[in-house]
Amino acid sequence: MIDEMYIRGVQVNYYFVCKTKLWLFSHNVSMERESDAVRLGKLIHRSVFDRDEKEVRIGPIAIDAVRRGDVIEIREVKKSRAFEKASYYQLLYYLYYLSRFGIKAVGRLSFPKQRRSEEVILNEDAVKEIENVLKEIPGIVEGEMPEPDYKPHCRKCAYFEFCFT
Amino acid sequence: MKRRNFYIVSDGRLKRKENTLYFESGEDRRPIPVNAIYAIYALGSLTVTSKALSYLAREGICVHFFNRYGLYEGSFYPREGLVSGEVVIRQAEHYLDHDKRLYLAKAFVEGSIMNMARVLRKSGEDDSEVISALQALADAGRIDEVMGAEAVARNAYYSKFDSILQEMKFERRSRQPPENEVNAMISFGNSLLYSAVISEIYHTQLHPAISFLHEPMERRFSLALDIAELFKPVIVDRLIFNLVNRKVVTEGDFDDRFNGVLLNENGRRKFVKAFNERLEKTVKHRKLKRSVSYQRLIRLECYKLVKHVLNAEKYRPFVMWW
Ligand code: SF4
Repeated sequence: MIDEMYIRGVQVNYYFVCKTKLWLFSHNVSMERESDAVRLGKLIHRSVFDRDEKEVRIGPIAIDAVRRGDVIEIREVKKSRAFEKASYYQLLYYLYYLSRFGIKAVGRLSFPKQRRSEEVILNEDAVKEIENVLKEIPGIVEGEMPEPDYKPHCRKCAYFEFCFT
Repeated sequence: MKRRNFYIVSDGRLKRKENTLYFESGEDRRPIPVNAIYAIYALGSLTVTSKALSYLAREGICVHFFNRYGLYEGSFYPREGLVSGEVVIRQAEHYLDHDKRLYLAKAFVEGSIMNMARVLRKSGEDDSEVISALQALADAGRIDEVMGAEAVARNAYYSKFDSILQEMKFERRSRQPPENEVNAMISFGNSLLYSAVISEIYHTQLHPAISFLHEPMERRFSLALDIAELFKPVIVDRLIFNLVNRKVVTEGDFDDRFNGVLLNENGRRKFVKAFNERLEKTVKHRKLKRSVSYQRLIRLECYKLVKHVLNAEKYRPFVMWW
């Protein structure tokens, strides 16, 4: 799933989580090799999607999708409710991206741990919102690294030691 | 699984069979689960098959090789690391700009001097001579003057060793070959530390060849030389005082057949064991408010450098706070 557009999806996510993280990630300063959080995410991902659904490739983006009648449903699985907003916009971005190709899709944000899922629909307002975010990201990325600002979730972030040592 | 350093002291072969590495030595065949390895230190003569090597590369594991005298020979530094063109370019900029380079070179020496002084004080020795080298450092306008200040501090520092060491004589620093047991341990310990720093640099976006205090052309991993300066007193020298004064390492652990003195195999085993215990030992980090190992402190130093070159936060060298 690591393709150009997927990365943009993650960028949309990080835009809401933390601007420092967005900047570091966009400049390839990643901690990936060691982040357990990332690995855990991949694991959950695998166990949930292994059966019926398949990965769909459209241009540079690959997503997990199921067909429901004539509508494609794309899914984003989250391990916790934290960053719900970030996940929501990331999914919205995928829907937006698909809509540029004339593909009608709905999103589903699911939280296996809470046995809960939510439908995400791309309406006109959502298109405006996502376009605004997409406009702002390059400015943040091209500027200097935003100073880390301590937030409650920093201690669990892969960049914690990097930011606060 | 927590990844650990593996020190291979005896001679043998490293092979890959499916998803496991095996170390074979004579009749002995020992599996090493690859996801348990952080880095490998090859202290005996080690043969690595190309299959094993590509597996290690894929897993991002460094292998450090030492010659039969226990001195650093070279490292297998897998290419697929964490690369950021941005960080490398900015790192080079800090080398090319004279003032920026001088700032970092001075920072490394300042940290090194402060740590030497700290080690002396912890052993009940006078550190004033070491500390006074800070003035020459502050006045230095060129890299060779920075190096000079470091040398003055180090000589003053070494002059106290004989009063700290109860069981062995140090006299003076001698390298190739080490003239006595203490010098043999310093050389060996510094080689191990240098390798440990290389492993830490590998897990960051820093380029190992772009250094500030040492000339980048000196060695392939010259940045590791810079960073190692900070940790030599804290990790290597204190370890030696401890091993000597507690009589863990004694005369019988050395060999003087090679027109010089070296640790023998048994001595090396004891030394690497104690060295690794040091790397794994933890201290409470005051800013992070969590405990970090000595090895992790080296990584944090790398992070601080990355932040410095990215203009995010000015680099301040590590100074032992406990
Ligand atoms: S540690 Fe905090 S400030 Fe740093 S990247 Fe993570 S969330 Fe952002």
